[in-house]
Amino acid sequence: MDLELYDEEIAFYLPYFNIPINWTIASTWIVMAFLMLVSWLATRHLKTSNKVSHWQTGMEVLVKAIYGQIHEMTTGNPMTYLPFVGTLFIFILTCNLFTLIPEFKSPTASLSTTVALAFLVLLGIPFFGIKNAGLKKYLKKYLQPSPAMLPFNILSELTSTGAMAVRLFGNVLSGVIIGSICFMLVPVILPLPMQILGLFTGMIQAYIFAMLALMYISSVHEEDETPPLLSEEKQAETDETL
Amino acid sequence: MDLVAILGSISIFTAGFCLCVGASAAGLAEGYAVSSGLTSLAQQPDEAGSISRTMFISLAIIETSGIYCFVVAMILLFANPFWQYAVNAAVK
Repeated sequence: MDLELYDEEIAFYLPYFNIPINWTIASTWIVMAFLMLVSWLATRHLKTSNKVSHWQTGMEVLVKAIYGQIHEMTTGNPMTYLPFVGTLFIFILTCNLFTLIPEFKSPTASLSTTVALAFLVLLGIPFFGIKNAGLKKYLKKYLQPSPAMLPFNILSELTSTGAMAVRLFGNVLSGVIIGSICFMLVPVILPLPMQILGLFTGMIQAYIFAMLALMYISSVHEEDETPPLLSEEKQAETDETL
Repeated sequence: MDLVAILGSISIFTAGFCLCVGASAAGLAEGYAVSSGLTSLAQQPDEAGSISRTMFISLAIIETSGIYCFVVAMILLFANPFWQYAVNAAVK
């Protein structure tokens, strides 16, 4: 058995250009194609009438769930973060669930993919910080609580996003390795509970990654801003609790 | 013993030790976190969503140290950076 180094295994060569494509990129493309197909199918006939397709209902449930989570976690308009955080969540979730397919080399079990995703979050911190609070207030965050903490604040930004990458990679890779070891020892029943556990951890890891990304990118924001509520139902609910 | 045998045995021992310490410490810490999370959940069932969300995020952050140990053990076992050097030295 060898450590699954998808970066070094060449899947195929691009025709005409003869550029080698490794398994990390190839499986990322497969996941991307799958997600594009599903979202194309789901958003084909969007309607607001009473009779909507099953696809649209499923999509609405998913988007609304992510919207609700973001709404609870942050102040400000959730739609600011929804495209970025939702995409991270759905992509990582699909990658993690695809580990169940035999012989599929999940992109999240490769350090390159997870580092790339964490790098996006690292870029998202200044982007959303400046967008929400302005450049001056964003830079001021690094001088809190005193200017002497400047190097530590920068370091904490880098290490926390780096830890996100290693966490996702380690979790998925451990699932893959345990699965393959179990498959080598007892190929009949034993891999099944491990795969079910893998489903659970894959879900949790996607959730954790998205939530941590949300926490980091929304760490700089305007204080006095009331978030808009999702629907009248929710409005009534919160009015009752108040 | 030659270099390959020494390096191999030390790598395997260190990987096992690393996983042993990492798994037990992370497990202990996560146990504490879950226990106090469940206590506060029992005291304030209304705040279930907020408490469990914070608990899951804390669990993930605690788990990172265990995951680091796992990654280091995997590197020692399967992608040891000194292994090729030892093999080359043994061939010479």
